[in-house]
Amino acid sequence: MKAAVIVFPGSNCDRDMKVAIEQSLGHAPSMVWHADTELPPTDLIAIPGGFSYGDYLRCGAIAGNSPIMREVVKKASQGTLVLAVCNGFQVATETGMLPGALLRNANQKFICKDVDLKVVSDNKYFAGSFTKGDTVRFPVAHHDGNYFADEETRKRLHGEGMIAFQYADADGNVNAETNINGSVDNIAGIYNEKGNILADAASGTPDKRRAGWHGRQSVFR
Amino acid sequence: MTEITKEIVAEHGLSESEYEEVLKILGREPNLTELGIFSVMWSEHCSYKSSKKWLKTLPTEAPWVICGPGENAGVVDIGDGQAAIFKMESHNHPSYIEPYQGAATGVGGIMRDVFTMGARPIANMNALRFGHPDHPKTRHLVSGVVAGISGYGNCMGVPTVGGETNFHESYDGNILVNAMTVGLADADNIFYSAAAGIGNPVVYVGSKTGRDGIHGATMASAEFDDDSEEKRPTVQVGDPFTEKLLLEACLELMATDAIVAIQDMGAAGLTSSSFEMADKGGVGIQLDLDQVPMREVGMTPYEIMLSESQERMLMILKPGREEEAKAIFHKWELDFAVIGKVTDTGRMVLTMKGEVAADLPVAPLADAAPEYDRPWVKTNPPAPLMSKDVKAPEDLKEVLVKLMGSPAIASRRWIWEQYDHMVMGDTIQRPGGDAAVVRVHGTQKALAITTDCTPRYCFADPKSGGAQAVAETWRNLTATGAKPLAITDCMNFGNPERPEIMGQFVGCIEGMREACLELDYPVISGNVSLYNETNGTGIFPTPAIGGVGLLKDASQMMTLAFKGEGQSIFVVGETRGEMGQSIYLKEIEGREEGAPPAVNLAEERKNGDFVRSIIEQRVATAVHDISDGGFLVALSEMALAGNVGAEITLLTDNELHGFCFGEDQARYIVTSNSQDVEKITNEAKKADVSLQLVGTTGHNGLKINDVLSISLEEIKEVHSNWLPNLMSAPK
Repeated sequence: MKAAVIVFPGSNCDRDMKVAIEQSLGHAPSMVWHADTELPPTDLIAIPGGFSYGDYLRCGAIAGNSPIMREVVKKASQGTLVLAVCNGFQVATETGMLPGALLRNANQKFICKDVDLKVVSDNKYFAGSFTKGDTVRFPVAHHDGNYFADEETRKRLHGEGMIAFQYADADGNVNAETNINGSVDNIAGIYNEKGNILADAASGTPDKRRAGWHGRQSVFR
Repeated sequence: MTEITKEIVAEHGLSESEYEEVLKILGREPNLTELGIFSVMWSEHCSYKSSKKWLKTLPTEAPWVICGPGENAGVVDIGDGQAAIFKMESHNHPSYIEPYQGAATGVGGIMRDVFTMGARPIANMNALRFGHPDHPKTRHLVSGVVAGISGYGNCMGVPTVGGETNFHESYDGNILVNAMTVGLADADNIFYSAAAGIGNPVVYVGSKTGRDGIHGATMASAEFDDDSEEKRPTVQVGDPFTEKLLLEACLELMATDAIVAIQDMGAAGLTSSSFEMADKGGVGIQLDLDQVPMREVGMTPYEIMLSESQERMLMILKPGREEEAKAIFHKWELDFAVIGKVTDTGRMVLTMKGEVAADLPVAPLADAAPEYDRPWVKTNPPAPLMSKDVKAPEDLKEVLVKLMGSPAIASRRWIWEQYDHMVMGDTIQRPGGDAAVVRVHGTQKALAITTDCTPRYCFADPKSGGAQAVAETWRNLTATGAKPLAITDCMNFGNPERPEIMGQFVGCIEGMREACLELDYPVISGNVSLYNETNGTGIFPTPAIGGVGLLKDASQMMTLAFKGEGQSIFVVGETRGEMGQSIYLKEIEGREEGAPPAVNLAEERKNGDFVRSIIEQRVATAVHDISDGGFLVALSEMALAGNVGAEITLLTDNELHGFCFGEDQARYIVTSNSQDVEKITNEAKKADVSLQLVGTTGHNGLKINDVLSISLEEIKEVHSNWLPNLMSAPK
């Protein structure tokens, strides 16, 4: 499996993502600069966390319009896997690859801590080591992780198995108390309809659990 | 042209005798730009004129020190051709006036100091002092400072891994924001600031220059009064995104060999960077100010030279390498401009619009800055206060609950959860322990980092307090298993023109010096912040110390959490029951009295070396240093971290409060598996270290004989809730 990591000015988990993919796949991903207009041949595109363009204007808004993202959207529609983490989630919603938007955390503060997540759906591409109903513990590191979607979209997310993770407690209970940032329905991560795009606001980056000694499982199959 | 009057000289913070010196050096009157340059170069902040005499007495050398004080940051060897580069710096005055931007630009400034030298920053720390929790400004300042640090550090993608926070009324009108950065570089690719190579281009990179921060260095060298908030326009505004780009661009260029010298533009901006580079290289510099990238139109030479706009660097490049460098900076969408050249004149010549705006000799300005031997008086330390002098409490549980929920001891989680402490994926000991530990990426090594100072000790007895601050960092590093390497100091004091304040400074330095010598633990960088006074009231003397240690094998890293039930609990070091200046005395009896606990450096060293050796032999299972609040507070912290209780069976109930709450130094709590008790006991005997087996882990809470029984939940509640409650309480 070949992977590529998109690097924007202000990305800061690009190295973490690279390390995670390297450890997961056994070889290094290509690092692709935002101004490039073509992707190398790849099976997985990773959009890492960070503060692309300083989060100016709106998180992910400027990055979402960068030259390489047109190519990413195209490949995604053709079935290439996309993993969008943290700031990557924001970029993904800005491009319209995924529905909804990420708002400022309800407490108006940056949140960095470990959280428990309930695995809501099974997916044939991602989260290979988890099954529906599991509870997993991931680190969170975000200021704008408060997922919002309108009523119709919420119904679709629930109805089509597009919710990947929800903020929960260690026993998998999902409620207002376990909702760390105000996300609608405690949503921490979603898939697109086809299931080939996973965006994850919760895990500061999956790479942190891989690269750091935080002892987490991989979301890669 | 503006006539230089007495009033203008005074407004620039120069004394009459200093202005006489200016006239002597120039042989004529300075113009306004030149006066401005003298003013910032000779400000306390840039010239260290009150402190230099004493700073020189600190030990700065060891076989592992690659570069000591004098450069942008200090450098130590960490083996395998790698170096750790670190420094701590204050941003006190701006943070009081505008907490978010003040703290943010403090973080930005210290990171720039570190990556200027060729290091990638891998960890940030901060040492914060706020006023009394109930002071009307405290919550606003805490909230703004923490958000500023979080906003800047998180965006940079450098983890903020720890620090310390104090609350005390002496900081009501002058908070302290000290930021520290640790970076990692190849030992053979470190960049220095001495300009060289006559004719070489002088290059400006980074953000454009605006009118922000003009006279920041002068502001940092004066006392505050009730109108200080009017100084808000002199606080700089940070742009962490640009700094992130600047970091990546600089490191990319540093991977080539195009750079001769590089210096960040911090306090006193273009003035101090250009003068320092020229002075260190013994050369002159000619600058064409029309070439400086500017954000605003109509800026004068005076404004350009004194601006403290952030995220800028000055470099000397090798001839002919401009295009290569420019391509890198343009890739990162940053300004790049050749603004001058190195000359052999020994003078700084500034031109603008075809006219000479300033023509000054470099060496006299940089070197001949005034140096004062300010009069000082020694603080007479009060008499020691032992547990026999302090009434025993009736209810130990009530005392413990009060202490664990007190401003000095309550959890700082509310603060550090706002800092991204995990980015870069190498944080292996997160905030909340004795020291933070970050792995050296891609190796088995790790660096332990801590910041410490106990200002109330320093106020009561500056010398002892200075030594204690150094010793506590050494102890905290040791508790993780690391070998302490070196420190950076951030000296925060009041007005040095007052002999008692100068005496505090002298005393603290003396104590620090002794501790550094005894512990083989030199000072490699630092910063001085004086005039931390409002309306004539000074802060507690606060020599904040940042220590860095090396773990050769990160798998040996120790933490403070109890690891399970049935483990033996030891106290390393002797407990005599020192109650002077203790948290117990303050919180329970409402007194800040007595001498701080005695610092015995030989014992400190012996006990620490013993603890490190049992960690290395893998017989210790948890280690925690005993500091604020004493033994019982330290024990509670270990229990909370591991979610395991403990039962203490002391030999005697005699003066129990001295044992539980005395702040005697050079002590640790250590646990081990029961089968290792004999080994630890023998090792302690061999090392001539005082060791006391005091109990075992287990049970639901903490128990001492039949005098204390409390659940962990009760302790946790007060410990974790104090700060969130304070911050969310209705105004």
